Amino acid sequence: MTNNGKLSTRGQVLLWAAQRASAAVLAVCVLVHLVTIIYAVRHGLSATEILGRTRGNAAWAGFYSLFVLAVAVHAPIGLRSFLAETLNWRGTGLDVAMMALALTLTMWGLRAVLAVFV
Amino acid sequence: MSTLRVSVWRGTETGRFQSFEVPRLESQTVLDVVTHIQRVLDPTLAYRFACRVGMCGSCAMTVNGRARWTCRTHVDKVAEGGRLEVAPLSNLPVVRDLVTDMTAFFDKWAQARGSFRGARTRHDDFEQVSPDSTARRLADAGVECIGCGVCYSSCDVVAWKPDYLGPAALNRAWTLVNDVRDTGNRARLAAVAGDAGCHACHTHMSCTERCPKQISPTASIAGLKRAAAIAALRGELSDE
Repeated sequence: MTNNGKLSTRGQVLLWAAQRASAAVLAVCVLVHLVTIIYAVRHGLSATEILGRTRGNAAWAGFYSLFVLAVAVHAPIGLRSFLAETLNWRGTGLDVAMMALALTLTMWGLRAVLAVFV
Repeated sequence: MSTLRVSVWRGTETGRFQSFEVPRLESQTVLDVVTHIQRVLDPTLAYRFACRVGMCGSCAMTVNGRARWTCRTHVDKVAEGGRLEVAPLSNLPVVRDLVTDMTAFFDKWAQARGSFRGARTRHDDFEQVSPDSTARRLADAGVECIGCGVCYSSCDVVAWKPDYLGPAALNRAWTLVNDVRDTGNRARLAAVAGDAGCHACHTHMSCTERCPKQISPTASIAGLKRAAAIAALRGELSDE
């Protein structure tokens, strides 16, 4: 992906495509998530009742894992553009930092999913 | 006779606005006002114009905060409370007063491979291109650009990313991508893609709103984004 320490043009375009694709996934995920929250609040579900529904539920864990991965792809790519435009931060250092952010978001998100699945 | 209070930028990158009182005339354009100042009030004022009828694109300036052709802008339409503020185009270095250095603007047309590359010679017959074909319609939609720099001056992304190719160069590239006679599109798509190219556009549409030719560089850039993304996914987009 890198050419003399710089992300190749194809790499830059694939990042753009990944951000658009992850945005489409996030649009659905956020909607489902909001409906879930509203359902839980309106039905007065307790923490124990919520955990009773999430523990061992592979479909639930799969959906939120997808949500986490979409966030981990979408946010660092957007932040990469934002930092380049506002702070003029470019190059390998920025790409490494954004990769670290993506891995951190993935780790934190999947840890949260796992915590209410197991 | 009523008068117009006009603030005109004097200096280079650093400078100040200088005030002038200009006689208000019927059907007066902003270019008429600037010309009056230079010919009657202060001959040291530097500005640029040529055709005066909206064909050459050389008289673009920032009028009351917006980039416009001064020759086709009537004072009636833009003077707020009898006041005008005339400044050089944004996003370009100022040579002096109202004159900008457009070198970077035109260099980016070359970087975006904005010149036609055909395969035929003078010995070949003309290529038949149907005016109704989809590709020709897309090319026609952007081909009337005269390179005035209004879109470039109005673009937020150019202000944030000085290496961004800008709306005019990308619009030109899109017209050539849709020119069935052109043979340079593989290199052209690689030249216009990525962080300093079409994919940097935020679709703010200032270029489209302010283009005096009613061209939509935003639509052209969207077309380039799709074409380059498809080429990238197919593995056909490589650095030169």
